[in-house]
Formats: sequence, C-alpha cells, structure tokens
Amino acid sequence: MATHQENHGMTGAPATHEEGMSVGKIWKVFFYLLALTALEFFIALALVHQGHVEKGLAVNIVYIALTLMKAYYIVAYFMHLKFETFSFINIVSIVFVLIIYMIVLMLIEGNYLLTEYNRYPWWPSV
Amino acid sequence: MSTTLSQLDKIKTGAWSGGRSPFNLEYGKIMMWSFLVSDAFTFSAFLIYYGAQRFAHVAWPDPDKVFQSIPFIADSGYPLVFVGIMTFILIMSSVTMVLAVEAGHRGAKKEVINWMILTVIGGLMFLGCQALEWTHLHHAGFWYGSIPTQEGVSPEIVLAPFFTNGISEVSALQFANLFFTITGFHGLHVTIGVILNIIILSQTINGTFERKGSYLMVEKVGLYWHFVDLVWVFVFTFFYLV
Repeated sequence: MATHQENHGMTGAPATHEEGMSVGKIWKVFFYLLALTALEFFIALALVHQGHVEKGLAVNIVYIALTLMKAYYIVAYFMHLKFETFSFINIVSIVFVLIIYMIVLMLIEGNYLLTEYNRYPWWPSV
Repeated sequence: MSTTLSQLDKIKTGAWSGGRSPFNLEYGKIMMWSFLVSDAFTFSAFLIYYGAQRFAHVAWPDPDKVFQSIPFIADSGYPLVFVGIMTFILIMSSVTMVLAVEAGHRGAKKEVINWMILTVIGGLMFLGCQALEWTHLHHAGFWYGSIPTQEGVSPEIVLAPFFTNGISEVSALQFANLFFTITGFHGLHVTIGVILNIIILSQTINGTFERKGSYLMVEKVGLYWHFVDLVWVFVFTFFYLV
C-alpha cells in the first residue's frame, strides 16, 4: 500500500536542481549586475554631478528601479529562487507586501513631520 | 476494495499530501530562507526609517560631500569612487560563491576550495574597505551621537562643507547615527558571513562534504552570503546615490 512513498522521505538531499545555474549563466548574470551598477554610476557621475539632471524625485525613482532590478537578479538567479517551486516562491516573496505598507506609513508620517518642522522655526535647524 | 486503496495511493502522491517536503527543498535550506526573510525585515525597517527621517527634514547632509575620499589616494573630490570599488568587491565575491555552489553540484572538491578561498578574500577586502570608510568619517568628526564641532566656531560654519541646501545639526546627528548603525549592522553580517565561509572552506578541505556526498552546506551558506550582497545593494542606493 505504501510502496509508492518510500522514496519521498523528508530526510536527505532533495532531487537535485537540474535546471540550476551553469557557469556561463552565472557570468551572464554577473555582467547584468555590473551593467546595472555602471548605469547607476553613469547617471550619478556623468548626468547628476555635471548638472545635466537635477537631483530629485525623478532620478531617485530611476535609482530605485535599477536597485530593484539588481535585487531581482541576485534573488532569482544567485539565490536560486526562480528555480524553486511556485508555492515556495510565493511564501518568500508575498510577505514583502508588509514592507510596501510600512514604506507608505512612514512616508505619511515623514510628510506630517516635514510640515511641522517647517511650521516651527525654533526647531534647531541652524 | 483494491480500487479504493489504489485511489488513496494516488491522492497521496500530491505535493501537499504529506510524507515529503511540499517545496522539494531540504529542511535546512527552508530554515535559512525563513531567517533571511526575517533579516530582510530588520534591514528594511532600518532603511525605511532612514528614508522617512531624510524625507522629514528640511536639510540633510549631502552624501556626495560626506563621502568623497579614496583612502591613500585622494582626500576629497571623488564621490562614489570608493564605494563603487566596495560594491564591485561584494558583487564579485557573490559571483565566486555561486561558482563554488555550482562546483559543489558537480562534486568538484578542488574547484569548491578555490572559489571559497576567493569568496573569503572578497569578504575580507570588503571589511577592510568598510573599516577605512569608518575611519575616514570618524576623523571628519562623525560618530555615534557626535558630529563635527570646533571650539568657538558656530556649527553652521563647521557643518557647511557637508550640506548643499540648508544646514541642520539635528539632521547631521541623525545621519551619523543611522549611517553607523546600518552599515555597522551590515558589516556585522559580512563578518559572520566571512566566519561561516571559513568554516565551510575548512570543512571542504577536510573532505566532510565529500564523505557526506553532498555540498548542500555550501549552498546554505551561499544563500546567506548573497543576502549580504543584496542588502549592500540597497544600502548603496539609499546612502550614497539618492
């Protein structure tokens, strides 16, 4: 009756990930990461510092987008998450909704503080 | 009767029917992932607090003016260069770690040893750079709870070199505290990572994994090491770029 299950014990190494990273693929991801970092440096040094682009919200959004792309490549390929089961990917990633929630909360709080700091000039700002 | 039994057997082969890990992952790896998720929450909280403080203050130290030295080469005038080198070192050591994991899959002990040695060297180089960065900032007058001051000179003049729009003592203090806390906490993670890497390296040299028949432990420590790199990517963006 239970003969089907004897090979599915929880101990020991799981089935090896045949679809894992080959050496060529690792270096490819490395060059993506390098290119994204180089792009960030290009924006910072050649555009912002030379005065072609104003430091501000637009540039910051670009920086954050590039950072999230780098994070995706590290987590998906280096940490191998892309090759795990669908349910495990969801378990690890869905909780980060809470982080987005916290960012929103802290921005609302920060915005309130900003108006208060502006309203009371006695706040030590010399 | 026999048909009922075979149907039960059929149901029990599903991923969630019990008797095996539904994630097709080894227990220790799942635990490492849970730890990393919780650790990601810690770092997120730190960085979100930093962002909120920066957003809330009218003036904030300009990172391009605070970090603009290259140790032993130039004292000022080169923002982002040194931290760029640090970022490159950490990404590079992440790559050597994946290569060690890949070699482990093939059971190539010698290659695992070589890549692990390079990973350890990368981690130590990063820590060295961070020590230089801290030393430089400390000499400039920043530390936990302290900002540059000068006897008889108003703070406005002493702090002027670090600001672009407006000057604020409170912001400078917040910046110093948060910088040393967050990069310190990250540095602690790197230190632990280097120690773990050294343990794994010596176990590989001793042939522990060869006898076990699997280099799974290299993968688990690898997950941690990539996470450290991941955190640095965010620290780099929010402290140095934005």
